[in-house]
Amino acid sequence: MRRATHAKWAAGALAVALTATACGGGGGSGGGADGVLSSSWGDPQNPLEPANTNEVQGGKVLDMVFRGLKRYNPKNAKAENMLAEKIETTDSTNFTITVKNGWTFSNGEKVTAKSFVDAWNYGANLTNNQRNAYFFGQIDGYTAVHPDSGKPTATTLSGLKVTGPQTFTVKLSQKFSTWPDTLGYAAFAPLPSSFFKDHAGWLSKPVGNGPYTIDSYTKGSQMSLRKWDTYPGPDKAQNGGVDLKVYTDNNTAYTDLTAGNLDLVDDVPASQLKNAPADLGSRYINTPAGIIQTLAFPYYDKAWNTPDAQKVRTGLSMAINRKQITETIFQKTRTPATDWTSPVLGKDGGYQAGLCGKACDFDPAAAKKMIADGGGLPGGRIQLTYNADTGSHKDWIDAVCNSINNTLGNDRACVGRPIGTFADFRSQITQQKMPGPFRAGWQMDYPLIQNFLQPLYFTNASSNDGKWTNAEFDKLVNEANAESDTQTAIKKFQQAEGVVRDNMAAIPLWYQNGSAGYSERLSNVELNPFSVPVYNEIKVS
Amino acid sequence: MGRYVIRRLLQMIPVFIGATLLIFLMVNVMGDPIAGLCGERQCDPATAAQLRSEFGLDKPVWQQYLTYMGNVFTGDFGTAFNGQKVTELMATAFPITIRLTIVAIVFEIIIGITLGVLTGLRRGRPVDSGVLLLTLVVISVPTFVTGLIVQLLLGVKWNVISPSVSSAAPLGELIVPGLVLASVSLAYVTRLSRTSIAENTRSDYVRTAVAKGLPRHRVITRHLLRNSLIPVITFIGTDIGALMGGAIVTERIFNIHGVGYQLYQGILRQNTQTVVGFVTILVIIFLLANLLVDLLYAVLDPRIRYA
Repeated sequence: MRRATHAKWAAGALAVALTATACGGGGGSGGGADGVLSSSWGDPQNPLEPANTNEVQGGKVLDMVFRGLKRYNPKNAKAENMLAEKIETTDSTNFTITVKNGWTFSNGEKVTAKSFVDAWNYGANLTNNQRNAYFFGQIDGYTAVHPDSGKPTATTLSGLKVTGPQTFTVKLSQKFSTWPDTLGYAAFAPLPSSFFKDHAGWLSKPVGNGPYTIDSYTKGSQMSLRKWDTYPGPDKAQNGGVDLKVYTDNNTAYTDLTAGNLDLVDDVPASQLKNAPADLGSRYINTPAGIIQTLAFPYYDKAWNTPDAQKVRTGLSMAINRKQITETIFQKTRTPATDWTSPVLGKDGGYQAGLCGKACDFDPAAAKKMIADGGGLPGGRIQLTYNADTGSHKDWIDAVCNSINNTLGNDRACVGRPIGTFADFRSQITQQKMPGPFRAGWQMDYPLIQNFLQPLYFTNASSNDGKWTNAEFDKLVNEANAESDTQTAIKKFQQAEGVVRDNMAAIPLWYQNGSAGYSERLSNVELNPFSVPVYNEIKVS
Repeated sequence: MGRYVIRRLLQMIPVFIGATLLIFLMVNVMGDPIAGLCGERQCDPATAAQLRSEFGLDKPVWQQYLTYMGNVFTGDFGTAFNGQKVTELMATAFPITIRLTIVAIVFEIIIGITLGVLTGLRRGRPVDSGVLLLTLVVISVPTFVTGLIVQLLLGVKWNVISPSVSSAAPLGELIVPGLVLASVSLAYVTRLSRTSIAENTRSDYVRTAVAKGLPRHRVITRHLLRNSLIPVITFIGTDIGALMGGAIVTERIFNIHGVGYQLYQGILRQNTQTVVGFVTILVIIFLLANLLVDLLYAVLDPRIRYA
C-alpha cells in the first residue's frame, strides 16, 4: 500500500517536471500603431491619486493617464499650455484660467473648470491624507482646509472660484509670478466626478483624460494601459499600449531586456551601467534629468553653524574629486555639478554653469588650507550619513570619504555612516539627529529654478532638512516671487543662489542622468526631464 | 496520540505570542515609517499626524500590539501603505510561495534521498566521493550566485527558460527557481541520508532481514530506508519554514511576487502591518510543520509512541 503511494508521488513529480517546457514570455502582439510594448515598473508606494503620488513609479502612470493645464515639453522642459486656453494675471496674485473646450475624460465626461476646482479642493483637504497637499499651499484659504494641527474648518479653498463652465479664478495668498508654470505637475490634474462618487472603484481602475486608458490593473504585479482611440489631445499615443510589469529587482528587468522578454527598462541598475553600452549599443539612453545630489549639513548643530565652519564646508567641497567619482563609480551617468540647479532648466531657465567656481574644483592643497583656516573638521572627523537600502549610495559615499581622507592625509578624517532603511534615514533627519553632513537628493517637481532653491534653502521650507537660514536669501526669494516679469524673477533667483554659494549652504556633488535601455522592436524612445520615458511617442515595429 | 497533539497545539500559543511580539518590537525600533512615505521631502506635519493616526502609529507600542493581536484573531491583518489589505497581499503571495516551496521540497526528497541512498550503499566508491564533492561545492556557493548563474546561462545564453517568472507564476516556470532554492538543502539531505544509511547497513535488523533471504530492494526500502529517514524527515520538516521565509533571495532574482518579495518590500518601507502579518503566518507554518514531523516519527518507527 504505502509503496504504491510513493510511486504515485514520484510519477506526479516527474509529470510536473516534464510539463515544465520552456514557455517564454515574449513581447506583445504585432507592431505598428497597434503594437503593445512592455516596460519595467515598480510597485507604487501610495494609492494612485494625482495629489497622493510623489514617487517616480506612480508618476509614470499619471503621466500616461492624465493631462493637466500645462505640460512640460519632453525635450526642453518648457511649460506649455495643454488644457489651458489662457492663464491671465495682472498682479501675480489673482489668476483667471480658461479651460479649453472639447476635452473629455475617457469615460466621456466633459473636462470643465469644475473638474479642476473639485480635484484641487480634494487634494488640499487634510481629511483626505494627500501627500502632495502642500502643492496647493499657495492658494488662498489653504490653512483653513489644511491647518498645521487640529481639524480643518473648511472643505474648500476660498481662493478657488468657478466663474463659468470653462473658467475659474485662483487667488494666491502671496505673489508668485511663475505659479502658472507649476501647473504641469501631476498633483494639479483634473478629476472626473466618478472619483468622488465611487472612490474605491476609481482607485482600482483610475480614469483620466490622457492618451492612455487603464485596461486592467493587478496591484503589485501589472498594469495594462491601452491607447485611447478618441483621445482629443494633440499628443496621441504612437503605439497600441503599454504593459507595465512590476519587477522585484531592476537587475532582473535588465536581464529580461537582454533576453528579449521585455521592451523597455527605464532604470538601468548601477551594476549594469558598465555593460549597458556594449549590450545595447544605440539602444542605451543616458540623458540629463532634473536631479541634483548634494551633501547637506546639520545647521542645528552649533559646530556647523559658525563663520569658521563655512570655510570648512568650502574646503570639503574642494576636497571631493567629482570628475573621478562620476566616471569610475557612475560610468558617466552623473555630471559634476557646478551650480545648485540642473542643466535641464537651460540657460534661460536659470541654470548657470560654473556658478560654484573654484569651490567646486578639486584642489587638495587649497582644500587642506581652507579646512585648517576654519579650525579643522568639527570634532576632528566627520561622518557622512546615508541610507544603505537603495541606490548605490554606499559606493559613492565611500569614494567621497576617500577623496577627503587623501586630501587631508588622514585615514580617519571621514567615514560613512549607513542607516538600514530609507524610512529610518528620513526619520532621523526630521528628528534632527544628523551627526555631520548627510546625503541629500533633489528631484525637481517642475522645471523652475524656484523649485531648486525655495523648498531646499528657504527658512523652514519643506525640504530644508539642514535647517539652514539666511535673511538675505529669504528676502531675494520673496522678491523674485513677487516679480511679474519671468526673466527678472529668474535673475533674482540667481542672486539668491549666489547667497547659497557664498555660504556653501550645501555642497553640490553632481547632476544625475536618467538611464534607460530598450529592445530592437522600439524606436523614438526618449526620457523627459523627469527621467520618465515619453511613452506616447514610442513607436513599435 | 490525540492528547499529545492537543498538548502540542496549546504549546504553540506562547511561542506564537512571543514571536509576534518580538517582530512587532523589532519593526517598531527601526523608527518612524511615515517619514519615508513622503520621499526625500519631509511630510507636512498635519498630513503626517493624520497618516499616523490612520495606521494607529500614534499610540504606545503595547497598545498597538494589543489592538493588532485583537484584529488578527478576527482575521484582520491591517492595511499596507498603498491602501491594499494585508490579507489581499497574502492571498496573492502565499499560493505562489507555497508552490515554489513544494517544488523545492519535491526536489529535495527525490534527488536528495536517491543520491543519499546511492552513496550510502557505496561508501568510499567513486560515486560516493563524486557526490560528496559536488554537495560540498553546492553548500559552499551562496544561493544568489547559483541563481544568477543559472538565470544567465539558461535564460539569456541558451534561452531554455524565461529569466523572469510571470506574475501568475505557474508551476512550470517555478521548476528552475525551485531547484535553485532547494540546492543547499538538497545537498544537506543527501549528506544526512548518506550517513544515516551507511550507519544502519551494519545494524542487526538489516543483517536479520538479509539473512531471512528478503529481496534486496525490499531490505532497502522497508527496513533500511524507513529507519534511516528519521533525521532526514526532521531536517526537511524544519526546512519548510526556512524555505518559505528564506525565499527572499531566490524570489528577487527570478522576479517571483511571493512572500519573500512582500516581506522585502515591507521591511524596506517599514510597513509594520505587512511584515508582522506575513511573519505571523510563517511562524504558524513553521510550528505546524514541526508538529507534523513529530507525528511522522511514530509512523516511521512504531517504537516511538506518544501518550
